[in-house]
Amino acid sequence: MDDSVVIHVENLTKVFEDSFKAVDNVSFDIRRNEMFGLLGPNGAGKTTTIKMLSTLLKPTSGKAVVDGHETMKDPDGVRKSIGIVFQDPALDDELTAYENLDFHARMYNMKGTHRRERISEVLKLVDLQDRADVIVKKYSSGMKRRLEIARGLMHYPKVLFLDEPTLGLDAQTRRSIWDYVARINKEQDVTVLLTTHYMDEADFLCDRIAIMDRGRLVIVDSPENLKSSIGSDVITVQCSDPAEFSDRLKKEDWVENVKFHESMLIVGTKHSAERIPEVVNIARDIGVRVDSIETRKPTLEDVFLHYTGTRMRDTEPNTAERMKNMHRQLTRRFR
Amino acid sequence: MTLIDRQAIYVIWLRDVKRFVRARSRLLGNIVQPFFFLSILGFGLGSAIFPGIPSGYRFIDFLTPGIVAMAVLFSSIFSGVSVLWDKQFGFLQEVLVAPVSRLSIVIGRILGGATTALVQGFVILAIALVLGVKISLIGFTAGVLFMLLLAFSAVGFGLIVASQMEDFHGFQLIMNLIIFPLFFLSSAVFPLEGLPYWLKIVAYLNPLTYGVDGLRSSLVGFSSIPVWMDLSVLLAFCLIMVSVGSYLFGISEV
Repeated sequence: MDDSVVIHVENLTKVFEDSFKAVDNVSFDIRRNEMFGLLGPNGAGKTTTIKMLSTLLKPTSGKAVVDGHETMKDPDGVRKSIGIVFQDPALDDELTAYENLDFHARMYNMKGTHRRERISEVLKLVDLQDRADVIVKKYSSGMKRRLEIARGLMHYPKVLFLDEPTLGLDAQTRRSIWDYVARINKEQDVTVLLTTHYMDEADFLCDRIAIMDRGRLVIVDSPENLKSSIGSDVITVQCSDPAEFSDRLKKEDWVENVKFHESMLIVGTKHSAERIPEVVNIARDIGVRVDSIETRKPTLEDVFLHYTGTRMRDTEPNTAERMKNMHRQLTRRFR
Repeated sequence: MTLIDRQAIYVIWLRDVKRFVRARSRLLGNIVQPFFFLSILGFGLGSAIFPGIPSGYRFIDFLTPGIVAMAVLFSSIFSGVSVLWDKQFGFLQEVLVAPVSRLSIVIGRILGGATTALVQGFVILAIALVLGVKISLIGFTAGVLFMLLLAFSAVGFGLIVASQMEDFHGFQLIMNLIIFPLFFLSSAVFPLEGLPYWLKIVAYLNPLTYGVDGLRSSLVGFSSIPVWMDLSVLLAFCLIMVSVGSYLFGISEV
């Protein structure tokens, strides 16, 4: 295997007992010191993939090699090579930050002075050195995340897994976590595999992105390549008959690709601003009503729609849940 | 991977002890409840005459080992079941993903649970001494052995329960339907001599009976079953609970 490959995943598949195929024949390679993102909606199989890579779940078939150790044959070797920040907080919040790190260090067999030095080192890395002796219960959710990232780095892992590192954090805290993650990837000689369902997060942090949808890996590339693969610009059109309109537009040679979703049409092209009049004219010729039209640089959202045929928002089961929670909070407040 | 990782066992034990010391309200509850049992039942039933308590002994002498067993038992079961807390709060993943054998994790848990249980048992014994129960040093030493075996068995039982449940909802049911009946039928609060025949059979099939009886014969010096029999039954029960509990914890996935 190529020396620069730190994670090698080959036809990895996980079928749960209820015959739900969470991960379906997924293959990819991650290179040394890369920041690699698994992007997809909830339920796409990102967390299941990470759990298999970190030996917490056994794959149904296929294999995964992490830092030269195969997850099935040498789980212990894998565990020593990886640090992991789980999607849900995994701290003991009745212990202090220092004690949580000390617990971790001892579990990874770090001894004496070395252990104490490393604890203050990683605490400094995430700017928590002044809060070392505070019980974790009193930490904010952003501080907890930082502490978990520090803990993941304690034992000098070759690979750091971050499962939805900014889930449930406010915008400002998310930015600061991004800065920490980017800095750690640069300074600590560690390869990062992160999962996220935030497009902007993947775009900002990752060198390469693998888009996952319903257990399948759809495409892997750098954010720049992914975006330019659908055109240097996109024109989005809200119209009355996107199916007919897209068939017609495909015949134009300046159109690089067309996809539609519900009443929205997405056209990939160059110099999109100059094409807008043409789009409107064609629509009028074939009797399609245009409700609105806009042009912009492609985003990962467009990329996702292009390759999966669905919008990420649509596949997200959480929206309804979030509304319900919001409603619950509001009614509680006004009771 | 070393099967017995001493540093990991130590830190898992240490965590249990720290949590125990810091959870003041739980600590207080765990000590106050048996204290009430001991003083209220001890004095309330003190004038009643039970078959099975030899003359020269008071009811509180009979009751003390039972209440010590209760404190040790409940606290240890809770320690075993608290794996569920760790599961719910995500901490279990942190433990399971570390390069540490499941056996070491189980040993750390069992030792942690036993330590905190024994501390509570000792507090009850100290209260009993104040209430005038006489305990010899040799009796105390033998008693510690029985307390340890009881604690190990109960942590093992807790681990078994935890492995069969997703969350805490079922735990109360198991406490009410299994633990309380077995506890009351173990001669912890009244002698078995007065029981109807069929209940006696149940009591003698109850492994707790041998633990409580052994503890009583060590601490206060009388019992209805020979000590060697108490010890062997409890030892066998302990081995079964600990190995089944470890096995089920070992194969569990997060």
